Parts: sequence; structure tokens; C-alpha cells
Amino acid sequence: MEREKKIRVVLTVTAAAVAVGLLVLFNLILDSYMMRIVNLCGIYITLALSLNLIYGFTGMFSLGHAGFMAVGAYTTALLTMSPAQKEMNFFLEPIVPWLANVEWSFLPALLMGGVVAAVAGFIIGAPALKLKDDYLAIATLGFAEIIRIFFTNMQSITNGPLGLKGLPPYTNVWWTWGIAFASILFMVFLFKGSYGRAFKAIREDEVAAEAMGINLFRHKMLSFTIGSFMAGVGGGLLGNLMGTIDPLMFRFLLAFNILLIVVLGGMGSITGTVISGIVITVLMEYLRFLDGPMDFYLFSTDGIPGLRMVIFSIMLMVVILFFQKGIMGNREFSWDFLFRPGRFKKNSVEGE
Amino acid sequence: MYMLRTDNITMKFGGLVAVSNLNLEIKQNEIVGLIGPNGAGKTTAFNMITSQYTPTEGSIFFNNEDITSYKPYEITKLGIARTFQNIKLFKEMTVLENVLVGNHLRVRSPLILSVLRSPMYLREEKHMVEKSMNLLRDLNLDDVVNEKAYSLPYGKQRRLEIARALATDPKLLLLDEPAAGMNPQESIELMNFIHEIREKFDLTIFLIEHTMQVVMGVCERIYVLDYGVTIAEGNPSDIQNNPKVIEAYLGVN
Repeated sequence: MEREKKIRVVLTVTAAAVAVGLLVLFNLILDSYMMRIVNLCGIYITLALSLNLIYGFTGMFSLGHAGFMAVGAYTTALLTMSPAQKEMNFFLEPIVPWLANVEWSFLPALLMGGVVAAVAGFIIGAPALKLKDDYLAIATLGFAEIIRIFFTNMQSITNGPLGLKGLPPYTNVWWTWGIAFASILFMVFLFKGSYGRAFKAIREDEVAAEAMGINLFRHKMLSFTIGSFMAGVGGGLLGNLMGTIDPLMFRFLLAFNILLIVVLGGMGSITGTVISGIVITVLMEYLRFLDGPMDFYLFSTDGIPGLRMVIFSIMLMVVILFFQKGIMGNREFSWDFLFRPGRFKKNSVEGE
Repeated sequence: MYMLRTDNITMKFGGLVAVSNLNLEIKQNEIVGLIGPNGAGKTTAFNMITSQYTPTEGSIFFNNEDITSYKPYEITKLGIARTFQNIKLFKEMTVLENVLVGNHLRVRSPLILSVLRSPMYLREEKHMVEKSMNLLRDLNLDDVVNEKAYSLPYGKQRRLEIARALATDPKLLLLDEPAAGMNPQESIELMNFIHEIREKFDLTIFLIEHTMQVVMGVCERIYVLDYGVTIAEGNPSDIQNNPKVIEAYLGVN
């Protein structure tokens, strides 16, 4: 057993080293467009993990993710932009004085983005988490829209529909994947422990969980707030990578993309989310040709914007009809198959 | 001095009176049964004690503490655990995890220490796992610790539910039809098992049951409900000869 444990550790460290090596390699050989996709993968993994925590692991069907991402993105952007940039952006109405001269470095700004998103999550969660299932989804979706409308109209803080342009470009592969790895580790250790088990118990059966002495409301709030924090950090990264943000970016469609990753990967599977986060992000770019002009020999189209999303919707339907549990179901990757060939250990979180 | 006492509790759903003026008195270490025809309000009484329902009238005392308005999780913390009539296991979790969840209410480390795997949390986790493994061994479930709960045969699922309830360190255990779906042989085993866990865990047990063999064999005192009203109370032989009970079960000619 001791030996097996050692081998596992070595394997895990090797896998992590290979991942880091790949990132270094990508950084060297890929052009900026490809690097952008690599960065997006990391960000989407973080975001999808945060939704998986809320929906896949705790069983709370929340569609409010775009709202928390918006909060994180705006907070991070406003804290990192230089005073001169802000003055250039806010030409219709000057920015509120207490924000005009702030200029933080990236990490504290990102964390602050997460914290403000977590506060938003806490405030929204307190009333909304009394609801369940579809009703919760509708309520959180509504709250996310409210956040967006607020941001459209708070001219002196968010610059309204004009958005914020010229964010200082901090985001690189180390930021995006560093935070993605941190999120993965956080999730793995969370679900190795008692709180993770309590979250899963709530997903399985609320009545039984409460009869086991689990304070339902407190644990749901914990999960929701942590998920909002991660969504805020992910939103901050996404905004910074894009370089410009505006309220329209954070519409329902964004939450839908993340939901697609979670469902396709497998609800309640960290491994599944990582795999499908990469697959979906890459496909999303690769399938861009569908939106452009196409020649089918018999007839040709001059580009149908949105055809890409049609393909994704069809994919989601196929998944829901034929692979209800997604790529991984609720299983996790582990090294067990090396020790006991032909069998994935079910439902245990072992080293990524 | 009663461990559990209910004072005229009544539960109304709209115009329907599910339970009316129920007075239960359960002493420490007793095994008490609650019987009655279908729809008599037995499970409703359980749900009031564990606060899934708040009684419309009356109050409930546990060791002289008024628990009427407590939340279900607070009641579990005080030491009342229950099983469910239609088994409510955490299906996608393993047998061990199911029992570990029952330990969660005593975890003192905050979430962040559990993620960082601090020594304080690891001590708690180790203690939890040891305690759960012992419990599973006591209940003869140690051969299936890593199986998913849904994959267990019915009898083991029932036992797992009891194991999970025992993991919360209860003083009073409420069993809702523990013998449902068991054959006579299994029922006899269950009776021995109930006596066993009472001794081992120093429990007071209050159970709902339809199988008369089990009720008469294991209970020291029995309450009989019919249409929400207590029609009889006493030891098994009294109940068996009580004309009102016979009427409720068999009707009058």
C-alpha cells in the first residue's frame, strides 16, 4: 500500500509537470490567436468548476452565473485601470471620485473581484436559495439580468452601455491556468472532506440531509457564495483577457455556455468539467467557419451568424438524450486503472 | 421524568386533522411502538417530533426542553435521529460516505481548514472514519463499504439507514417501518438487532411498524392511532385484547 501511494504521488507530480511543460511549450510556439484559446480554456475551466460546485455537486440549479462574472469583471477592471484610462473612458459623465484614482495590481484586484461577486452571491442567495430546481433557476436568472441592467445604468461607476475599454493586459497563460489549477485543487480537496460530502448529501436528498443534522441553508449559502467567488475571479480574468467589457457581454448566453460545459462534462465530476471545458472552448473557436460563408456545391450561403450556436444546441440535446450523465458522469479520474486494470474507481476524488 | 413528551400535539392540513391531541410519554431506554391502520397519522407524528412539520397546536419536549419550534437539524443535534419509511439514502454516494455524512454535524473545523487539510481537520476526519467503520462492522455492512448505496440489496439499505442515523450519536432513535419488505426470518433478525443496538448504544427507541410479530415481540409499550386519535395505550398483551384496537384493525360485525 505504501508503495502504491508513493507511485500515485510520483504519477500526479509527473502529470502536473507535463501540464506545466505543455503550457511553456504552447507559450513558445503558438501564435497570439491560439494562445488566446489556451487562455480561454483555463478561464472556462475555472468558471465551469464554480458552476459545477453549485449545480453538479450541491444540486442548486442556478443560471445566475453571468451576473457574478459581470460583478467580478467590472470590479477587477475598475481597480486595475490607470486614472488616465478611466478619464478617457468616462467622457459622458465623470467617474465617481472614490474610484477615479485607484490603481491596484492584478492579483489583489482579481481577489477583490471575487470577494465582491461573493457578496453579491450572498445577498442574492439569501432569499433565492429558499427556492428549488426550476424556480431557483428562474430567480437566479432574473437576478443576473438585474445586475446587468444595474451596470447598464450606473453611468458614473460602470460607464453604462459604453463599457470599459483599454484594460491593462495582465492576463497570460500563467494567470489563467494558475487559477484554473488552484480551482481544481480546491475542488479536489473540498470533496475529499466532510463539507464536500455534506454538499453532495444535499444534492442527493435534502430531507435526509437535514435529518442527518446538516444545516441546509448554511451549507447551501456556503456552496453558493464560494461558487460566486470563483465566478467573480473567472469573470475578472475573462474581462482582462478581452481587454474591453460592456454589459452586453454578460447576457444569459454566457451562462448557457458554462452550463453546457458542466452538463457535457458530467454533473458532479471535476475531471469531466476540465475535459469538456477544453473541448468546448476549442470547438467554439474551431467551428467558427460555420458562421462564415459556405459553399455546398448545390447552393451556397453568405454566412449565417449564429449557426455555431445551433450546432452547440444540437450537441446539448444529443447529450441530454443519449449521454444523460455527460462524459464522466460523476466519476473522477484516478490512477486506479493502473493498479486494478479495466476499472475506473467510482466517485472517489484522487489526484488529478 | 420522560425523555420525550408531547403535549396535545395536533396537526391539521387544511380541513384534514391528521393527528389530534396526541400525548406521548417515552422514558429513557424504553422501546415503544406506534401502530395503527394506514393513514392513521403515524408518520405525521414522527414528522412532528423531528420538526419536518410544525404542529398546529401543542408542544413537544425532549429532556424537558421545548423543541416544538426547532429546525430539523437542531433536533438531530440534540440527539433525535430517524429513518424513513421510503428509504432515503444518499444514493450516488458510497456506503461509507453515507455514514460519514451522519458525522458531519459534529465537525468543528471550518470549511477552509478542511480544504487545507489542517492537522485539526485531519484528526477529526480520522476519528470520523474510524467511528463509521466500527459502526458498519457492528451492523455487518463492512463488506460493502465502497459500494454505492443504490446498489445494495433492500435489507442492507434498511440497515445502512439505521447506521447513518446512529452516526449522529442519537439518544432517541425513531424507526419508521423498519421491517417493511422483510420476510419473517429477516423480521426476527431485526427484532434481535433492535434489542442489540439499544444495549450497545444506550438508546431509547420509538418505532412505527405494521408487522405485528415485530411490534409485539420487541415493544415494551404500544400506542395505537386511528384517524389521528389515540385509541389505546399499553403493553403488548393489553393491546392485543383491546376491543377498540380489534375494531380498528378488523372492523365490527
